[in-house]
Amino acid sequence: MSCIKMKYEVPGDDFTRAGEASSMVKRKLKQLGYNPDAIRRVAIAMYEGEINMVIHAGGGVAEVEVYPDRVEIALIDQGPGIADVEMAMQEGYSTAPDNVRSLGFGAGMGLPNIKKYTDAMRIDTEVGKGTTMYLTVKAK
Amino acid sequence: MQVKDIIDILEAEIISAADLEAEVRTACGSDMMSDVLAFVKDQSVLLTGLLNPQVVRTAEMMDMRCIVFVRGKEPDENVISLAQAMDITLLKTRFRMFTACGKLYMSGLRGGCENE
Repeated sequence: MSCIKMKYEVPGDDFTRAGEASSMVKRKLKQLGYNPDAIRRVAIAMYEGEINMVIHAGGGVAEVEVYPDRVEIALIDQGPGIADVEMAMQEGYSTAPDNVRSLGFGAGMGLPNIKKYTDAMRIDTEVGKGTTMYLTVKAK
Repeated sequence: MQVKDIIDILEAEIISAADLEAEVRTACGSDMMSDVLAFVKDQSVLLTGLLNPQVVRTAEMMDMRCIVFVRGKEPDENVISLAQAMDITLLKTRFRMFTACGKLYMSGLRGGCENE
């Protein structure tokens, strides 16, 4: 298996559709017979990232590359950027609006969860321009 | 225990059935989906009072087999059809969250983390 590339639009205007891209990636990895633990970690990390893009950035693009030993994910948005990444990484810190909390998110667990489930995480962000998050999950 | 045992224990109604004989050992009760996603251990059942499609998405990402809506709540068609596509059983119970979790715990279901 060489590298398989996938690209998904994450629509920003419909919270009910958040997670579709993660769902498709999960299904694809299952078809490929990928390591189940890695599949779940990819799915959760990407799902949290997708939710973030919908809540904060008006959607974006998810690019996924599957290698035999790892999955690389880039989540790219043109949202407001993250003013203080260090704060954003703390459990419980959230800038999400209240209506998001009534939907089951916005507890300040998204980025900490993503960090927990990935083997590498890098955030390139600029206020007013957008954010790109690079994630790596190794198939252990 | 199996999904069908949960129906008995919680005097639950089936909203949508997938595999009722699926084996379940652990559960999670929460209305905060990020808290559910914070524990990657094998959790098979989600109890929640939340009714949006993200409940099914969260269960899907976690490979859960069954969602129980507490306090008699019932989701709309979108949620039900998503669960059907994902082979996740949807149940509703008249019991509130605390009582529903307690009944399942007493029957042997656990939280899936150490010391639980």
